Amino acid sequence: MTAPLLSVRGLCKSFPGVRALAEVDLEVRPGEVHALMGENGAGKSTLARLIAGLARPDAGTILLDGEPLHLRSPHDALRRGIAMIHQELLPFGEMTVAENVFMGSEPARLGGLWLDRRTMESRARALLERLGSDVSPRRRMGELSVAAMQTVEIARALVRRCRLIIMDEPTSALSLREAEALLGLIGELKAQGTAVLYVSHKLEEVFRIADRATVLRDGRHVATAAMGELTPGGLISLMVGREVEVPPAVERWSKGEVLLSLRNLTRKGEFQDVSLEVRAGEIVALAGLMGAGRTEVLSAVYGLRPAERGEIRVRGRAVAIRRPRQALAAGIAMVGEDRKRSGLVMSMSVKHNLTLIDLRRCCAGPLVRSGVENRLADRQIERFGIRTPSRDRCVRVLSGGNQQKVVLAKAMLTEPDVLLLDEPTRGIDVAAKAEMYELIRSLARSGKAILLASSELPEVLALSDRVVVMRQGRVTGELETHLASQEDVMRRAVLAEENA
Amino acid sequence: MSVQTTTAMTHPLVRYALVLALLAALAYSLYMPHMTPAGYASYMMTILLQVSVTAILAVGVTFVLLTGGVDLSLGSLVALAGVVAAIFARAGQPLGVSIAMGVLAGLACGLVNGAVVVFARVAPFIATLGMMTAARGLALLLSGGKPVPDLGESFKAIAGQRAAGVPVPVLIVAAVAGLAWLFLRHSRPGRYVYAVGGNEEAARACGLNVSLVKVFVYAVSGALAGLAGVINASRLTTGQPNTGEGFELAAIAAAVIGGTSLSGGVGTIGGALLGALLMGMISSALDMRDVSAYYQQIITGGIIVAAVWLERKGRRE
Repeated sequence: MTAPLLSVRGLCKSFPGVRALAEVDLEVRPGEVHALMGENGAGKSTLARLIAGLARPDAGTILLDGEPLHLRSPHDALRRGIAMIHQELLPFGEMTVAENVFMGSEPARLGGLWLDRRTMESRARALLERLGSDVSPRRRMGELSVAAMQTVEIARALVRRCRLIIMDEPTSALSLREAEALLGLIGELKAQGTAVLYVSHKLEEVFRIADRATVLRDGRHVATAAMGELTPGGLISLMVGREVEVPPAVERWSKGEVLLSLRNLTRKGEFQDVSLEVRAGEIVALAGLMGAGRTEVLSAVYGLRPAERGEIRVRGRAVAIRRPRQALAAGIAMVGEDRKRSGLVMSMSVKHNLTLIDLRRCCAGPLVRSGVENRLADRQIERFGIRTPSRDRCVRVLSGGNQQKVVLAKAMLTEPDVLLLDEPTRGIDVAAKAEMYELIRSLARSGKAILLASSELPEVLALSDRVVVMRQGRVTGELETHLASQEDVMRRAVLAEENA
Repeated sequence: MSVQTTTAMTHPLVRYALVLALLAALAYSLYMPHMTPAGYASYMMTILLQVSVTAILAVGVTFVLLTGGVDLSLGSLVALAGVVAAIFARAGQPLGVSIAMGVLAGLACGLVNGAVVVFARVAPFIATLGMMTAARGLALLLSGGKPVPDLGESFKAIAGQRAAGVPVPVLIVAAVAGLAWLFLRHSRPGRYVYAVGGNEEAARACGLNVSLVKVFVYAVSGALAGLAGVINASRLTTGQPNTGEGFELAAIAAAVIGGTSLSGGVGTIGGALLGALLMGMISSALDMRDVSAYYQQIITGGIIVAAVWLERKGRRE
C-alpha cells in the first residue's frame, strides 16, 4: 500500500454555537480521487477549507507526506502543493486567461519588474491543451463560460505543481455536457498523478470517478470505503444515519381549506411545472439538494423573482404576483434564507425592523404615532419570545436566534394566510432551533398555511405534514411525512426517476 | 456596549467629540477682550448667516446619503438656481415667482438625477457628476457667461434683512431643518429612507417602493439646492454662473462630520447642522486670529477625517 499523500487526524473545528467538525480523520493517497460526502451541514466544506488553509483547526493535525502542516493562509497551502477550486469561482474577470493562470506566480524578468507575456501565453496554452481545452490564453476571463473558467482555475493549480486539488461541488454550476467534460478531466489529472479531493453529494458522479469515499455526518467521520464495496443505497444510509435528532411532532391537528395552491409554476433554468397545495394548519416542506429549486420557488411565490408561467392561488383566488408588495397584499409573507441580506435592516432598532413591513398601521396621516408603534412592537416581542433588553436596541447586537425571531415576528405582523419559510433555522444554535420549531408549529395550529424549504432532512421530517421533493427544478415526489423516512426523501432528491 | 438606534442622533462618542469641538471653537472665538455681549450676538448671527447656504445643502444631501447615494451636483445647482431666479427678478417678476423658479430649477435637476440613478441604474457618483457638469453649462448658457445684475431691492433683501434681529436666511435654515427633522424622525416615508439605505433588499422584501424613495431623496436634495441658490444669489446681489464650486463637498463634509454614514442608513439632520456650524465656527475663529486661508484648509481637512475616524472607532466599541 502506498504511503498517504495527505493525512488528517482528529481534526476539530467549532464556530459560535456550532460544532462543525469533531475528531475527523481522512487519508488521501497520491493520484487518488477521493470523494468527501455528506448532507448539507455535515462538515464537508469546513474540512475542505481547513485543508486549503482558509481556516485554522481548533485541534488535530494535517500531515502532508507525513510531515505536519501549519497552514496560515491559502497561499501557504498553495506553496505546499494544495489548491482548492471553489464552488463559487473567484476569477479576475477583466484579466486575460493567461494572466489568471499565472496569478501570483508570473514568470518575470528583471526581478519581477517585467512580465514575460509571451512565455505566460505559450505555457498557458500548453497547459490548457493538456486539460483538453482550446480556450485562447488572450481571451478576457469574464467572457468565458463557468466550465471554461473552472478549467482555467485547474490550470492555475497545475502551474504551481499542485499534488492535491480540492474541488467543492464543482459540477453544481455546470450543464450536463460540461459536467461530463469535467469528469473526464479529473480522470486525466489522476492519470498524471494528481490527487483530487472531490466534495459532492451527487451519487452518480462519485460512483463514476472516485476510488474511495469518506462520509461525514454532523461533523463526524462515519466511514471510509473503496467505491467497489459501496452501493448507492448503502451510501445514502451512511450519509443520513439512523437516528433523527429532532423528535417529530406527535401532536397533529385538523387541516382546513386550501389556502395556497400553485399550478405549473415555471421559471426557466430554475424550476419547471411546480404544482402543490397547502391547507390551513398544514406545514408542507420542500426538500431537495442544493440547487434543486426550493428557494427559487418560494422567491417566485413571494414576488422576489417572479415566475414566468403558471398560476398562484390564495384562498382559491388567482393572484398576480410580480413584487413582494403584491404578495403581502394577497396575504403571503416570507422569511428569507439569509436574514442579514434580505431579512433585517441591521442599522435599525428591533422596533423599527418589526414595524417596517406594515408601518401604515402605526400612522396617523404621514406621521408615525410612537405609542401605537411601541405597543405593536412590544406585543410581537412578547408573542415571539424575542430576548432583547429593549425594543429600541439595535437589532445587530441580538443573537442569531433572536434575530431570526425578529424576522418571523415581522412577517407575522401582516397577519398573512400563507407563510413561506426558507431555511428558518439556518445558523442558529440548537436551543433557538427548538424554540423556532415550537413557534412554527403554533403558527400552523392557529390556521396558517406554511410552506417550508429546508436542506436539513431531520428538520423537514420533524416539522412537516407532507414533503414535496424536488430535483433539478422539478417535483420528483410527494410523501406523507409520517410514512416517510430520510432515505425515502433522499432517494427522490438524489437519483433520477428510473432508479428511485 | 452602547445603545444604537437610527433615531438616536449618532453614536454617543461622536456627539461627545462634536460638542467638545464646538465648545473649544466657541471658547476660542469668545476670548476677545474688546467684544461686548451685543457684539458677540451679532458675531454669532454673522457666522450663522455665513453657513446658511452650506447648512441647507447639508440637510438636503443628508437625505441622499441616508439611502447610500451621493449628490455631487449641488454646487452647480446653486449656481443654476441663482441664475434662473435672477433672470426672473431682473425681468421684474414678483419675488415669490423668482424664488419659486429657482427652487423649481433645482427640483427638476434633482428629479433627473433620481431618474438616472433609479431607472438607468447609473451609479449615483457618476449620475450626479454628469449633472454637476451639465447644470454648470446650463447656468453659463442662460446667463451668457456673465453675472445677472439688477435684481431689485426685494430680492436683495432676502439675505440682507433681519426679523427680530435674526437674518432671514437663518430663519429659512431653521424652518427647513425643522421640517426635515420632523419628516425623517417621525414620518412613515422618512422611516423608509433609513430602511432603503440600511438594507435595500430587506426594504424591498418588506414591500417598500424602493425606486420611489430614491427618486424622492434626489428631488429633495435638488429642491433644497435650488433654495440655497436663491439665498446665495441674494447675498451676492447678482446671479453668478460661476458660484458654488465645491459647495457640494462642504455639504457632504458637514453631514459626515455630523455622523452620517456614506454607506447609508445612519445619520441625522441635527448632525448635519452641527457639522455645518462647526466648520463655520472654526473657519471664523481662525479668521479672527488671522490664520491664513491655506492653513484653514489644512485644518478643515484634518477635522473631516478625524470626525469620521472617531465615528468608526465609536461604532466598533
